[in-house]
Amino acid sequence: MAEIKILKNIMDENLTQAAKNRQWFKTRHIVTLNLIASPGAGKTTFLEQTIRGLSPKHKLAVIEGDITGDHDAKRIEALGVPVVQINTEGGCHLDAHMIDSALSSLDLKDLSYLFIENVGNLVCPAEFDLGEDLKVVVLSTPEGHDKPAKYPLIFSEAQAVVINKMDLLPAVDFDLVQAERDIRKLNPNVPVFRLSSKTGEGLDKWLEWLTSKGTGNR
Amino acid sequence: MHELAITQSLFKIVLEQAQKARAVKVSRINLKIGRLTGYVPEAVEMNFRLLAAGTMAEGAGLKIEWVPVKVHCRECQKESEQQDLGLGCAHCGSLNVQITGGREMYIESMEVDNG
Repeated sequence: MAEIKILKNIMDENLTQAAKNRQWFKTRHIVTLNLIASPGAGKTTFLEQTIRGLSPKHKLAVIEGDITGDHDAKRIEALGVPVVQINTEGGCHLDAHMIDSALSSLDLKDLSYLFIENVGNLVCPAEFDLGEDLKVVVLSTPEGHDKPAKYPLIFSEAQAVVINKMDLLPAVDFDLVQAERDIRKLNPNVPVFRLSSKTGEGLDKWLEWLTSKGTGNR
Repeated sequence: MHELAITQSLFKIVLEQAQKARAVKVSRINLKIGRLTGYVPEAVEMNFRLLAAGTMAEGAGLKIEWVPVKVHCRECQKESEQQDLGLGCAHCGSLNVQITGGREMYIESMEVDNG
């Protein structure tokens, strides 16, 4: 019987590919966002509104992650933005290798922003670095204000938190103060954007923040 | 459900390292897992049993050393260990902290037979 020291991170393979992706985006001056939310939080509508706010001034592309189907990709395509659909065939998250494969089918010349819409899930996507610059968590008011307390890791990792469906606030029991207090507890300096993708209220502040993250290509 | 992805990576590293060490059997794998990772031991163990069947890692035990959530406070510069998943400094209550522990997912070592 012998003991061998290994000291290897189990997530090494994904982290290595994520680092490659990150370098690849950086050399091309592409700002990459990883959009993470529960199913039904309004990720795709939020993405559509963001696209409307940024194009045609900025060149954009989208990678859509879903378990199955191309429903979301069709919605993005309708806006005239290049999109690749990844189907994880049951998998609960996207990983760095899937992003690498998807990149080969996108025209990335002069691209300013690449949006990756992760599989609807607040648990697993937190563990898989894709090589993105910004992890953005979208939380919607009907889901309840307890989500940051119940899914702390993803909120502690985020570079921005969006509270979506603000137009529904009067109809639901969502304690905005409590939600923001928990988000701050997990991630003291993270910007929190209250908005409604449906009415467009609050989107201007989000777009202003996002364009401040832009780099060379515009 | 992503325990399958984690277990596949784990299994790959275990076999690579075992082959490098010219082992014929892996009897135990010692893991270091942070409390913030959402790692579910039962799911990883079940996946591991399936992947390891018929290989030199069949029957290997997975021993987990849990790493608590630790933070470094940027205000009072002290370290603290968290009892729950709240991340405030235990000394001064500040929320301006850096997570220094709890995200680990390491294979620390393994015990093998060299035949």
